[in-house]
Amino acid sequence: MQITSNDIKMWSRVGARPTYGMAMMALAKERDDLIVITADMSTSAGLDRFRKTYPDKFLDVGIAEQNMIGIAAGLADNGYNVFTVTFAPFQTMRCCEQIRVDLAYSNIKVTMTGLASGVIHGSLGNTHCCFEDLGVLRSIPNLILMSPADGVGIVKAVFAAASCDKPVYIRITGGANNPIVYDSDIDFKIGKAIELEAGRDVTIFASGTMVHFCLQSAKLLREKGISASVWDMHTIKPIDKVAIDTAVQKNRLIVTVEEHSVIGGLSSAVAECLSSYKNNPSQLSIGINDFFPEPGDYPFMLKQCGLAPEQIAEKILNALKN
Amino acid sequence: MDEVLFRRIQSTAHGIRKKCLDVALAAGARATHFGGGVSIVDVLSTLYFAVMNYDVNKPTWERRDRFILSKGHGVLGYYVTLAAAGFLSDEELSTFEQDGTFLPGHPIINKNKGIEFTNGSLGMGLAVGIGNAIAAKKKGFDYRTYVLLGDGECNEGSVWEAAMAAAHYRLDNLIAIIDRNKYQLGGANSDIMNLGDLRSKFDSFGWHALEIDGHDITAIYTALNEDSSGKPKAIIANTTKGKGFSFSEKGNEWHHAVLTHKLYDLAVAEIGEKENANNIQ
Repeated sequence: MQITSNDIKMWSRVGARPTYGMAMMALAKERDDLIVITADMSTSAGLDRFRKTYPDKFLDVGIAEQNMIGIAAGLADNGYNVFTVTFAPFQTMRCCEQIRVDLAYSNIKVTMTGLASGVIHGSLGNTHCCFEDLGVLRSIPNLILMSPADGVGIVKAVFAAASCDKPVYIRITGGANNPIVYDSDIDFKIGKAIELEAGRDVTIFASGTMVHFCLQSAKLLREKGISASVWDMHTIKPIDKVAIDTAVQKNRLIVTVEEHSVIGGLSSAVAECLSSYKNNPSQLSIGINDFFPEPGDYPFMLKQCGLAPEQIAEKILNALKN
Repeated sequence: MDEVLFRRIQSTAHGIRKKCLDVALAAGARATHFGGGVSIVDVLSTLYFAVMNYDVNKPTWERRDRFILSKGHGVLGYYVTLAAAGFLSDEELSTFEQDGTFLPGHPIINKNKGIEFTNGSLGMGLAVGIGNAIAAKKKGFDYRTYVLLGDGECNEGSVWEAAMAAAHYRLDNLIAIIDRNKYQLGGANSDIMNLGDLRSKFDSFGWHALEIDGHDITAIYTALNEDSSGKPKAIIANTTKGKGFSFSEKGNEWHHAVLTHKLYDLAVAEIGEKENANNIQ
């Protein structure tokens, strides 16, 4: 699809979830074989217009995520390009074994979408937050895991997933007024990270909402005389080993930043890769440090988890000093 | 059901049970889910040789009837039935549970070999069946989707998510058969987790539910062909776990066990007597 600067501004204004709904509208125009399945989450997924426009391409299975994956698998096995969508914890953990058996083990191509992942739902409590999805899914073979950075990232991930022949999980983070990382269309390839800023002293690999935060952190670091590379690691699996190699050749400190537990997600994926190098650089993992945060609004949650741009910059400065 | 067809299915089921003995013996110490593998043989024989529409030479034919073995541990009867139908050769069957086989103790999707979907973790097959049934409706195809579940499997909540959805979508092209052998791994259903009246349960979920003797070929055939008045159909097939051999028709001892040469010889002798008594060719 054509991406205009007006689209990008609108996606930023309406935020991640309505952007997903709009991406599905655009995808439906291009694909006759599309079916979107939700578990009573059509409004939250920005799919109200989709539901009305394409009733034949839409299925609501009620609050039954295990059933959603099974039905999606059955439809996909009959040639449909199926997307499932609900809030991230229910999309990944409630139906984890269906994902493993019906999709991954059976190699059935369905694209799952986890909405409001990370801590944006902090005021609702940790039942509705999700900082384990990548960790849980990454250990399952045969899955592609993506974590787009902004509206453009979400749209590109949706279209890339639709053309991919493996089961995919798209992790959607952030809310309304999602900051713009990309102000024009991009070349987006699954498994190929995008270098947004080239720096000298340290490399930052970020995913999801943290990409924009890290660009801000890089600005703060620059004021302190530190030049940082910032990469959008939009695909967590397969991880971009070439991008990591570039960083290894250049820097003695590699930083990962994610709105996810430091266990199992981007941090672990990068660490697994780094550990194969002789004299590998040290790694600073910035993420949720293996605890259940106290409830609160999004900025409160991010700060509590040490994920505000100034906190990220400070941690990097300290690590560089040591 | 006419007499000729009945005799043919009876004889096929008999042959499949005999072959199950061979496969279980060859599996040796790896053991097989024998009891639940042979309790379903009459249902499978009727389905594959009198009811289902498929072409072994075109296994991915879009309009074929689908069969999903939701009780994935029932592979003994299933693989042997697929072999009898021509999907698997004897040589392939002989790799059952061997190193590197494509025929392990729970099925892996393999359309060319007639294996419609992966199963093994219980409670998942009915939802996949719903996907197949909805696909048929969307494409205007008249194929049917058959899903075979175990009764113990109905402990899984996901079975009831699917039961609710199938009725909601009015999937009259979906047929669930519940192998009601009354046992599960740890013992009798009634002791482990009482299932109560499965027929009423499915009925109250909005299915056309019926209960039959799961070893009565005429009853199975009639139930499979019965009109379900726009609803999905659930057939509670009352069976005997380990059906066919005196050694295995003893409660739950043969849930997962090793067939010894001694028992094999005994079973073969017993089967010979049955052949004579029923005049089975």
